Amino acid sequence: MANVSSLNAAASFDSVSGQVAGPRGKKPRKALSRRNIILYGTLIVAALYYLLPLYVMVVTSLKGMPEIRLGNIFSPPVEITFEPWVKAWATACTGLNCDGLSRGFWNSVRILLPSVVVSIAVASVSGYALANWRFKGADVFFSILIVGAFIPYQVMIYPIVIVLRELGVYGTLTGLVIVHTIFGMPILTLLFRNYFTSLPEELFKAARIDGAGFWQIYFRIMLPMALPIFVVAMILQVTGIWNDFLFGVVFTRPDTYPMTVQLNNIVNSVQGVKEYNVNMAATLLTGAVPLIVYFVSGRLFVRGIAAGAVKG
Amino acid sequence: MRSDAPAGRPNQLFRNLNSKIALIPMMLVALVVFLGGTVWTVVYSFTNSKLLPRLKFVGLEQYERLWDAPRWIISIQNLAIYGILSLIFSLVIGFVLAALMDQKIRFENTFRTIFLYPFALSFIVTGLVWQWVLNPEYGVQFIVRSLGFTSFQFDPLYNADIVIYGILIAGLWQGTGLVMCLMLAGLRGIDEDIWKAARVDGIPMWRTYIFIIIPMMRPVFITTLVLIASSIVKVYDLVVAQTSGGPGIASEVPAKYVYDYMFQAQNLGQGFAASTMMLITVAIIVIPWAYLEFGGKKRG
Repeated sequence: MANVSSLNAAASFDSVSGQVAGPRGKKPRKALSRRNIILYGTLIVAALYYLLPLYVMVVTSLKGMPEIRLGNIFSPPVEITFEPWVKAWATACTGLNCDGLSRGFWNSVRILLPSVVVSIAVASVSGYALANWRFKGADVFFSILIVGAFIPYQVMIYPIVIVLRELGVYGTLTGLVIVHTIFGMPILTLLFRNYFTSLPEELFKAARIDGAGFWQIYFRIMLPMALPIFVVAMILQVTGIWNDFLFGVVFTRPDTYPMTVQLNNIVNSVQGVKEYNVNMAATLLTGAVPLIVYFVSGRLFVRGIAAGAVKG
Repeated sequence: MRSDAPAGRPNQLFRNLNSKIALIPMMLVALVVFLGGTVWTVVYSFTNSKLLPRLKFVGLEQYERLWDAPRWIISIQNLAIYGILSLIFSLVIGFVLAALMDQKIRFENTFRTIFLYPFALSFIVTGLVWQWVLNPEYGVQFIVRSLGFTSFQFDPLYNADIVIYGILIAGLWQGTGLVMCLMLAGLRGIDEDIWKAARVDGIPMWRTYIFIIIPMMRPVFITTLVLIASSIVKVYDLVVAQTSGGPGIASEVPAKYVYDYMFQAQNLGQGFAASTMMLITVAIIVIPWAYLEFGGKKRG
C-alpha cells in the first residue's frame, strides 16, 4: 500500500516537475546527458546546414550592392533595403524583356490554376473508376501508367510536341495544361485509386442498391469523402507545377514563360552587372509559393510525398 | 480502345460503360503518350532526323556518333559520379537523420519541417541559391579565407575538375529531407517489441540498428534507392540553373544533352539516341526492382 502511494507521489511529482522544467521522459535523467548533447547537437548542426541557404537568401536580398561587395554573405544587413525586391518583381531584365518576375508570376498563376483543376479532376475520376468499377483490361493500362511514371520525360517530350502541334495547341496555355495533366496522372491516379480502394465496399454497394449510377456515386458519395485526399493531391500538384521548369521551357513561348524559367533567365542572363541582391530577391519570390504551401500544409505535405513515394 | 474486353458476350462491351468512358483519358495517356511516345522516340533514334523527324533509317549511326561525342562522355561520367555519390550520401544522411529523429526527441516537427523544406523548392531555386553560396568571391571560399586560411580553395562552380561536387552539394541539400522522411516512416513501422527484445539481450543500440533494423528495412531502402536513382537520371533543372553546364562543358548531364540537341541544335536524331540511352539506364534500375517487388508477389 505504502509502496503504491509513494510510487504515485513520485509519478505526480515527476509530471509536475516535467511541466515546469520541460519534459525529459519518465526517468529523472540529467537534461545534459552525453547522449542528449550528441543527439541534439547533431540535429541542430544539420538543421543549421539546411537553414543556411534560406538565411543567405534573405539577408542578401535585403542588402544594397555596395554592402554585398564589402562583406561576406552571412553577415546580416547593416542597412535594410527593399529595393532589390521591388526591382526583382517589376524591372529586372532577362535577355528579352525588362518587366521583372511579375510577368512570370502571373503566367505561372495562369498555368497553375487550370492545370491543377484539370489534372486532379481527371485523375480522381480515373482512380475512382479503377477502384470501384473494374473491368477487364483496366489494370493493364494502369500498370503501363505506373511504369511510365519512371520513363524520363525527355523520351516522351518530342512526340508530345508533335501531337500538340497537330492539335494546334503547341505553345499555348491549353497545351501546357494537357502536358501537366498527362504527367501528373500516374501519381495522382495511384493516390486516388488507393484511397477509394481503402473505403469500405459496403458503402459503394449500398449506393448501387439504392440505384445510384457511376457519376452519382462519384459526386454524392466519393467526392465528399475524399476531401482530405483532394487536399493532398492539390499540394502535390501546386508545388509540382509551380516548380516545373522543363515543360515550361519546351511547351511555352517566351512571353508566356512560367516563373521558374523567367527567374533562370533573369539570374543567368549574361548582360549587365550581376546584381546578387536582386537575384536573391527574385529567387525567394519564386520559392515563396511552394514554401507557403509547405509551411501551411505541414503534415499533409509529408503525407502527399510519402503516398507518392512509398507506393509509387 | 475497348476491344480488349473479351468479345464472348455481346453485352460485355457495354458493361461498366461509364467507367470505360471515364478511363478514356487514362488509357490514352498510357497507350499513346507513355507507350506510343516511348516507342516512337526509340524508333526515330535509328534515323538520321535533323531539323524534322524523318523515317530514313541509318542503323546505329546516331549511337556511334553519340558515344564518340566528348560532351556525351562527360555527361555520362558526371551522371555516374553524381548518381553514385548522391545515392550513398542521401541514403546515409537520410538514415542517420531519421534514426536521430526516432529517439523520441522534442521538437520533432520543427526538425522535420527544417529538413524537408528544401524539397518543396524547385531545382531552379536550389541551383541559384547554391550558385550564390558557393560563389568564390563572396561565399564559402571567401569566408573560410577571411578566417585566416588564406590558401583555402573551394570554388566548385568555376573549377571544371570539381564542378560536379558543387552540384552534388545542392542536390543533397534538396533531396535528403525526403529520404529522411521515408526512412523515418520505415523506422516507425518497426515493431516496438524488437527494440525491447534487443535491449533485454543487452545489444548496444548501434548494433541493433546495423544488424537488426537495417536488414528489416530492406524494402524501404530498395524503394528509396529506386526512387532516387530514377530521379537522378532525370537531373536537368539543377544543372541549368547552377552552372548551365559550365565551366565549358564540365558539368553537362544527359538530360541537358537531350534538350539541347532536340530543341536548340536541331539535331533530333542525337536527341532521340541520347534519350533512348536515358531510358535504358532507367530500365536497368527499375526493371529488376519491379520484378522483385511485384513479380514475386503475384506468384506468391
